[in-house]
Amino acid sequence: MALYPGFYAPNRTLAFYAAAFTFILYLPILFIPIFSFNSGVYVKFPLEGFTFQWYVDLFSREPLKLAFWNSVKIAFTVSILSTIIAVPAALAIARYRMPGKAPAVSFMMLPLVLPGLIMGVALLSLLNRLGVTLSLVTVTIGHMVVCLPYAISVLLPRFIGFNRSLEEASADLGEPPLRTFWRVTLPCNYPGILACLLMTFTISFDEYFMAFFLSGPKATLPMYIWGQLRFPSDFPSLLALSTLILMFSFSLIFVSLRLGRVEQALQTGAAK
Amino acid sequence: MISVRNVSKFFSRIQAVEDVSLEIGAGEFFSLLGASGSGKTTLLRMIAGFESVSAGKILIDGQEMQDTPPHLRPINMVFQNYAIFPHLNVHDNIAYGLQRKGLSKTEQNRMVGEMLEMIALPGYGARKASQLSGGQMQRVALARALILKPKVLLLDEPLGALDKQLRELMQLELRDLQRRLGITFVLVTHDQEEALTLSDRVAVLSRGQVIQVDSPSRLYDHPRTREVAAFVGTMNFFDARVSIQAGQRMADIAGLGRHALNGAAQGRNDGEKVLIAIRPEGLVLSQTPPETGGPNVTGRLRARQYLGGRQMLHVEVEGRAAPVVIAMQAYRGDDPWAGKEGQPVSVSWRADAMSLLDAD
Repeated sequence: MALYPGFYAPNRTLAFYAAAFTFILYLPILFIPIFSFNSGVYVKFPLEGFTFQWYVDLFSREPLKLAFWNSVKIAFTVSILSTIIAVPAALAIARYRMPGKAPAVSFMMLPLVLPGLIMGVALLSLLNRLGVTLSLVTVTIGHMVVCLPYAISVLLPRFIGFNRSLEEASADLGEPPLRTFWRVTLPCNYPGILACLLMTFTISFDEYFMAFFLSGPKATLPMYIWGQLRFPSDFPSLLALSTLILMFSFSLIFVSLRLGRVEQALQTGAAK
Repeated sequence: MISVRNVSKFFSRIQAVEDVSLEIGAGEFFSLLGASGSGKTTLLRMIAGFESVSAGKILIDGQEMQDTPPHLRPINMVFQNYAIFPHLNVHDNIAYGLQRKGLSKTEQNRMVGEMLEMIALPGYGARKASQLSGGQMQRVALARALILKPKVLLLDEPLGALDKQLRELMQLELRDLQRRLGITFVLVTHDQEEALTLSDRVAVLSRGQVIQVDSPSRLYDHPRTREVAAFVGTMNFFDARVSIQAGQRMADIAGLGRHALNGAAQGRNDGEKVLIAIRPEGLVLSQTPPETGGPNVTGRLRARQYLGGRQMLHVEVEGRAAPVVIAMQAYRGDDPWAGKEGQPVSVSWRADAMSLLDAD
């Protein structure tokens, strides 16, 4: 019997720590689905009874449906537009040696750490000055500003990791640059581009500050939720709604994690 | 077929290729041999069009190419890691370059079928790139380039990723293919054995410069500098001084004594310092000096290095710090040199085994 368990033997203390870490991280989120099935109106233990009532209730709320579709429309537009804009930008950053590239990239990433409140106020005063009427379009513009740095930061490492000899091979076989982009670069990087679409969609879908400042008469889903928080009797329905949003977001993240696996094979070009 | 004229390449301030000129003939198997950082890959990439030319000209078939983008050059390339398109199957990889040629689907399929036949992978068309072994990927990369019937095929370390056995097999296949097709092949390699086996001519590069262009046998037997000699195979180097006695050129060779020089010493001056190089195969080891005479020296056997088919014997001689290395056949069973370490031995050679190089 060896007394030394080996360098790579499982470490119980660390395993326990990891379990505790995960539990504490998800504890607050756990309350949302639990209480969304509770028949009582107030969030308190003990639970009263099991019900689907709050979920059913969601479908009878017309303003909610409107807000939901507004959010979907905006998120859809934002994800597609910002990905289309970000792909060439990220490609250029990944590829070319340019003077002042590093500061330019940092500058592009800056909005990631700017408080949403400040960005919202800034955009509002700009749009006011330009005399633009607030609407879902202005919200879309605001969300693009928020999403573009994220889009770049999702795409950039993938484009840097992309094996350029695949593009060289395409050029060598007679394809001009645009055709090479279409026949090799895009299909080989589709997981990253899809991940970018999913990411920007979720960010836009959940975004509150820009929508708060820049929306006209029409509300987005987060604005609707915020508005309903004033009514305690609506709270369980909001929990049900939040549960649905949670499930949706988790499945998107799950999909993008799966994409990461496909990606590696496509990027390196089957070299062994 | 390819003329490289006074080509230089700078990466910001570093000079990767320095005033290189080469003429590569039609149908020739030409190799660029050098260690990493010698500029061989940069030179190849300039011929392919992936790197711009800082100065000089590159002509392919008489046409200036330095301002032509890669997709318009009449050459194709096999990449170091094959660069097989991972999202396409074998058939679509091979047919990739045909799409622009305006051929019918049936014609394309026929050509791909022929190529699969040629690379001995018939029926592999539907396989995914990820299902191929290294050797198979290498063949697909070849087929993908050759289907376009290029005038020149460039190969960037095409066998580097394969294991030894497969590499030797692929070397034979490559050589055979090149002879059959009659296309000019330009190969980049750091493996001197590969360059010698495959090529009609080899250019040895070092620090961005071509230091010798010759046929494999000339390169091996008559290296022009110490660098070439040391890079291509194992070599014994001896410091020596030329002296002229009654019209005959002699050399005082450190560790070997005084010996007459042959025609290679023409033009060397009395008292000139030179370097004498002798291959391990050019030396013969015996227990006693050969009765036929000829140049020889007595030393002491220090070590034996068993290499399977042959062995390297290290002999200590007076007046020289490094041992002299002699290649001999390895014997089966009773090896006359077994256990003879420390014994006095005789080393002999023929005068023409000595190459005369400039002293460094």
